[in-house]
Amino acid sequence: MAELSLPGDEVTGPDRHNERPFPPGDYPIVVVGSGPGAIQVSYSLRALGLSHAVISADPAPGGMFRRWPFFQRLLSWTKPYAPVDRTARAYERYDWNSLLADNPGERAIMPEFMDGTSYFPSRPEMERNIATFVERTSLAIRYNCRWTATRRGDGPTGDSFVLTTTDGEYRTPVAIFAVGVAEPYAPATPGIQLAAHYADTRPAETYAGRRIFIIGKQNSGFELASGLLPWARRILLASPSPAKLSVNTRSLVGVRARYLQPFEDHVLGGGVSILDASIGSIERGPAGADGPLIVRVRPSAGGEELAIEADEVIAATGFVTPLLDLADLGVTTFGQARLPAQTAYWESASVPGIFFAGTIGQGSAGLKKHGLPANSGAVHGARYNARVLAAHIARRASSHVPERPLIAPADLVDVVLGELAAAPELWHQRAYLVRVISLDPSVGARDEGIVPLSAFLDGAGDDGTADSLGITMEADGTAAVYPVLYLRRSGKIDERAVDPDPLLRFDTPAVRSRVADIVAEMGVR
Amino acid sequence: MASTDEIVDQIASFALFADLATPQLERIAHMFEEAVYPEGARVLRQGLSGSAFHIILDGEAAVVIDGDQRATLARGDFFGEVSILLGEAPGADIVASRPLRTLVLSGPQVQPVLLDNPPLMYRMLQAQARRLRNANRWRS
Repeated sequence: MAELSLPGDEVTGPDRHNERPFPPGDYPIVVVGSGPGAIQVSYSLRALGLSHAVISADPAPGGMFRRWPFFQRLLSWTKPYAPVDRTARAYERYDWNSLLADNPGERAIMPEFMDGTSYFPSRPEMERNIATFVERTSLAIRYNCRWTATRRGDGPTGDSFVLTTTDGEYRTPVAIFAVGVAEPYAPATPGIQLAAHYADTRPAETYAGRRIFIIGKQNSGFELASGLLPWARRILLASPSPAKLSVNTRSLVGVRARYLQPFEDHVLGGGVSILDASIGSIERGPAGADGPLIVRVRPSAGGEELAIEADEVIAATGFVTPLLDLADLGVTTFGQARLPAQTAYWESASVPGIFFAGTIGQGSAGLKKHGLPANSGAVHGARYNARVLAAHIARRASSHVPERPLIAPADLVDVVLGELAAAPELWHQRAYLVRVISLDPSVGARDEGIVPLSAFLDGAGDDGTADSLGITMEADGTAAVYPVLYLRRSGKIDERAVDPDPLLRFDTPAVRSRVADIVAEMGVR
Repeated sequence: MASTDEIVDQIASFALFADLATPQLERIAHMFEEAVYPEGARVLRQGLSGSAFHIILDGEAAVVIDGDQRATLARGDFFGEVSILLGEAPGADIVASRPLRTLVLSGPQVQPVLLDNPPLMYRMLQAQARRLRNANRWRS
């Protein structure tokens, strides 16, 4: 990778002369997007002194939160009154929506705007949270600059990418795309053009007295069903496999608890039906364009095809990643969401130099131990990924050697216990991000920072390959949250779990004793 | 990238799913997730808890035990089920020896999927019987 931080470069702030920042040209790094992912990675790059440009098609910050969720209430909570003070690092455990900053006045912004009606912020509150972060941190973004195409080119530092935009061309050796998973996806079901996509849902009151058929049984489908309960005459949700519920998976996998009302309505016979069936086709009924639609479904359990009348069909079938022509450059994608295949550090697995931030980062899935994904698709996971990504780019550019504080042997157990109790990165990105403490006998213990767990296990992380202790929080779908310590010795990994505590206490004598024993295995006493 | 319909078409040709009708295949295809791994990536890690069940859609994977490659897996092969059925950590690394695309079912989902689809369980049992037979032949 080319040198990124150019001598004499100033970190670019907002333009003081009412000119738009970042005109087309050559930049060491270009970030595309102005949602939470792009903003967090820009902030983190700037904090490390890495010059870069940020461009966005939108007219203002916020990304998808400028429009969704449709019913204007988030799924991610912020607790204004938490067990710890808002200024504490550990408060991030309870605030899923604020972006990360170094200065106290720029942190924990979300609770400032919440009005007490819910601990799930409203969409406008979230949008204001993001805009306020940009304002307070004086982050510069070139708005109304739409990325339209990409090609390879030769920049001043060698190989580069050329991003064509509505304002002109940007050349860079490092492009970071944080453009969300925001392009509506609909399956190739015959007649799907007769259905509206979730993204095109109308105001709820326009569905008054209507029979609604919702394709899809994930959060977006149940969000619609919940919001339309006071309006629709009948609601039917269908997809081939049974809906997963977060209260059953004991994780964020599945339909969240606040969208469960349609389930209760279904089991009590209130007018909501939930079917496990594949959608065969959507057709106009005998009355033509003015009459009801006919949805033909095949029950997953077998049996006769059903023909179901509906006044409206809504496809809550998800979104795909708007990668434009990146596939032509060789970026490989996978899954229905067309996520780019990525390394542990969110770099395209097939095109070095192209990185991803924000919700697209969920394409770097990590270990998914016990089937539980990281929270990279949400702000409270992606914000930490962005910080790790910025540090990774800084290391590769050799322009920034992060601080690696020494830890006295006598303090090591306390440092581990402190991380278990308070580290928000480990709590939100369970079994995904790991705090690494290297244990070189000639130097002593050093805090190597946070890296992706899969990179640490493979000895491919920015922490290096030294014998080290890795600290994670993990879960296994049984509702337990527990620490796991990884011992890396001569490249071999040993896994040591600590028993869960029902009250999530990690300062008990039992935990201290267990951690001390594990640390002793690494030869530190 | 594959749609659910394309995944159904692909797995319908695998021996593991040979006895399932289309609605059952569609239901199962929705329960699996697609994953891709660049060459050299470790899919399962020897000795680490919490693994998953994989079916290879494209590519190849090496079975590596204590650093020694013992076997190669290819399209239609599956792995990870032994550790899940026994509740133990995998006894081998599974490493992508070429770019690999798999369908993944998380460990906790394996039992309900097998119990809900007896023909699938029977086919898996047959595959395990073949592996056991081959292992016994090798030993003798």
